[in-house]
Amino acid sequence: MKELKSVNKGFRKKDAMQLLTGKPVYTDDLVKEPCLIVKLLRSPHANAIVREIDTTEALAVEGIEAIFTYKDIDQNQERYTIAGTSFPEYAPYDRLIIDRHVRYVGDVVAIVVGKSEKCITKAMKLIKVDYEVLPAVLDFHTALDNEILVHPEDNWSAPANFGADVKRNLVAANCSSHGDIDEVLSKCKYVIDRTYHTKANQQAYMEPFTTYCEIDSYGRLHVISSTQIVFHIRRIVAKALGIPGSYIRVTKPRVGGGFGAKQTVVSEVYPAFVCYKLKKPCKIVYSRKECFIASSPRHEMEMHVRIGADENGIIKGIDLHTLSNTGAYGEHGPTTVDLSGHKSIPLYGKQEAFRFTSEVVYTNKQASGAYRGFGATQGLFAVESAVNELASLMKVDPIELRLKNIVKEGELMPAYFNEPLTSCTLDKCLLRARDMIGWKEKGQRRVLDNGKVRTLGVALAMQGSGISGLDVGSATIKLNEGGFYSLLVGSADMGTGSDTTLSQVAAEVLDTDIEHIHVFSADTDISPYDSGSYASSTAYVTGKAVERCALKIRNMIIKTGARMLQADPSECEFDGHKVYCGERSVTLEEVAFTSVIGSNEAIEATVSNSSKTSPPPFMAGACELETDLQTGEVKVIEYVGVVDCGTPLNPNLTRIQTEGGIMQGIGMALTEDVTYTDKGNVVENSFMEYHIPTRLEVDKLWVEFEPSYENLGPFGAKSIGEVVINTPSPAIQEAVYQACGKRFYELPIKAEDIVASQKK
Amino acid sequence: MQINLRINHENIRAEIDPDMTLQKFLRSQKYFSVKCGCETSNCGACSILLDGKPVLSCSVLAARAEGHEIETLEGLQKEAEEIGGFIADEGADQCGFCNPGYIITAIALFKENPDPSDEEIKIWLSGNLCRCTGYEGQMRGFIKYREWRNGR
Repeated sequence: MKELKSVNKGFRKKDAMQLLTGKPVYTDDLVKEPCLIVKLLRSPHANAIVREIDTTEALAVEGIEAIFTYKDIDQNQERYTIAGTSFPEYAPYDRLIIDRHVRYVGDVVAIVVGKSEKCITKAMKLIKVDYEVLPAVLDFHTALDNEILVHPEDNWSAPANFGADVKRNLVAANCSSHGDIDEVLSKCKYVIDRTYHTKANQQAYMEPFTTYCEIDSYGRLHVISSTQIVFHIRRIVAKALGIPGSYIRVTKPRVGGGFGAKQTVVSEVYPAFVCYKLKKPCKIVYSRKECFIASSPRHEMEMHVRIGADENGIIKGIDLHTLSNTGAYGEHGPTTVDLSGHKSIPLYGKQEAFRFTSEVVYTNKQASGAYRGFGATQGLFAVESAVNELASLMKVDPIELRLKNIVKEGELMPAYFNEPLTSCTLDKCLLRARDMIGWKEKGQRRVLDNGKVRTLGVALAMQGSGISGLDVGSATIKLNEGGFYSLLVGSADMGTGSDTTLSQVAAEVLDTDIEHIHVFSADTDISPYDSGSYASSTAYVTGKAVERCALKIRNMIIKTGARMLQADPSECEFDGHKVYCGERSVTLEEVAFTSVIGSNEAIEATVSNSSKTSPPPFMAGACELETDLQTGEVKVIEYVGVVDCGTPLNPNLTRIQTEGGIMQGIGMALTEDVTYTDKGNVVENSFMEYHIPTRLEVDKLWVEFEPSYENLGPFGAKSIGEVVINTPSPAIQEAVYQACGKRFYELPIKAEDIVASQKK
Repeated sequence: MQINLRINHENIRAEIDPDMTLQKFLRSQKYFSVKCGCETSNCGACSILLDGKPVLSCSVLAARAEGHEIETLEGLQKEAEEIGGFIADEGADQCGFCNPGYIITAIALFKENPDPSDEEIKIWLSGNLCRCTGYEGQMRGFIKYREWRNGR
């Protein structure tokens, strides 16, 4: 194979120095003055009807421009979803811009528009709302068939069939299976039967939801927003406002972190509505509290796992039932739950049967959304914890048990839509992680002289690479006068560096330096269509579009060069600088010049790409914890991760993705909690209470790669973004068990629980 | 009320509300490197230098800056490029939103202590949250920066 010059090299991100020197590149830095401020008055009740709302006094506050309430919204119009997924969305149409029926603490009661935050704050206090407070469904175990209906309205609808029954608070129900799982498990010598609970983690992106809207020079609504999904925003805002999508342009500047949160149209509809109504520029910037109480956190799930192995330690079958809490609205509810089974069960390749059933229910809590891992994280916590417990039950090493059972390249995966496994080095990942953590030398548990306990834990993970048969990535490349290239994409670099890695792919094909590839993302008027950066799709789906598009451009350059040389294209070659025909040549600059002077042929192409399969990346993670059984304090001494993401397109960036994902997973396992009061208020509504890891929590992260080569991916690449968050919670759960002798089936595992486990 | 202060070595006179935070004031003056990530003094994205010391500008009233010297990253571009280059080489800038906050804190650290230990770096920057990187890549960058400085 040809030696790679751009791909698999650790280039700096193309925007790195702009970001590191604090340049104004985020949505709120780009706002033009004067600009109206938009804020949302939110419900203090978990379930209530707005009987009456009086804005007279509030409107009289100096600087207040407008206040919109449910009276400004047709309550009988068709509802919409804010889930940023391809049409027809796999999510219920259950939203109105302002609904008279508020369904969680934080639901929108009024949109207040004014010249300053100060006058809005004053006005908000003067809005008089008379609520008819209704009883609420807060415990998701009791939601199904509860007499309290979260969505009793008649204009609720489902654009696709995902098993919803809104009169039962049921958003989705699904079942898939292979073989007779009950029969298989009944014959197993060892069976683990446990129920696991994960809560609604917050993505905790550093840049809060921010959207700025203006009417542009052509009289169209221009939405500038911190988002992962420009094209879905265009469609969803159009539907919400009841205006044609052709009237809307959506632009994404730099995004200060997304992690899936910004795959939901959380903030965009409100300023778009205001700007459309008032024809004046306006912006909304969510407070951190709003980000915590009224956005799109991870779905709370409860997973009942049964897993069985025979006397030889062969895992024969997994039976998983997941109950998912979508909260007050159904964004991503029907889809996230699927991954809890389809991206956990297939890890084990010798199963004779599996069954995966799921239900997703409405409650009067904050709506959930997409968060890195997207259900796989929850499912893998359950399944991998169960595998660790199975190893304990069988008195075998959890790594040995896995090595015997894990799925291998070439195998068919019944629980993964029967896709064949086309690339996989999971066994190598696991062996290497074992050596890196010092599994054999250290042993799984040892007591230090100071009485603290050092323990080890391990877990595996998989994910997908885009949504098969659905996600579309596209690339437009043009050769410019002067001989440099523009690369336009519609995917959203939210900090991951995808603009840079996609440029590397283009540079590789075009035999040029990445400095000569000028990338732009994303704008619905300019970028070619892309379903957006989610579902681990950008490197694999959009990356392949870039590769194919660059190949097309390469051929166009050769064709033009051949014409200039009066030769046949088949006789010509291109080395990135010149087109040759034997001894004769023309430079790329000359080719570019020819294409813009008296030319009838542009050297410009757009290619779309979709994949019929979603090749999974894999990871093995192992941790060493130090636990103080007196205080319950757990310190992560080291976390090692070995990843098979195919070819790492940019090893620096894949490494950082992995380290960042591991750290988020550690937070999920040990410190990040979302609890509610009995009135439905989120308790952890600031960074004071919602504790994401700081620099001090973890001593060392160590990441390595065991690349497989995925033929369907660009230069062998698969995805990296999501798989990396999945191993910490089950690995840490195991290591905590080794330390204190108790298995925890709910996250996060808190110091007080560990202390309590020591009191017999 | 009126305040007089120096921002990035320039005399500024401005009209402010008495309850305005320094963070909001600096952004109103177009110093956009000053971010807001939390409003509760937890994230460090609004870090600036007040008389050379890093402080959270969301926790200081603009009125308290009267007569003081404020530095934002806009006034420390050379230093930011110098340290930042080492972070960029690790790919650890990522989304970038927290970058100005920890870069300015790091500038203050290396000014006060030109050869900090790994532990001192961690502790100095512990108030600057980052959700993208897991901190490890930033640390690699800082260590290489320290080595480069020591070798100069």
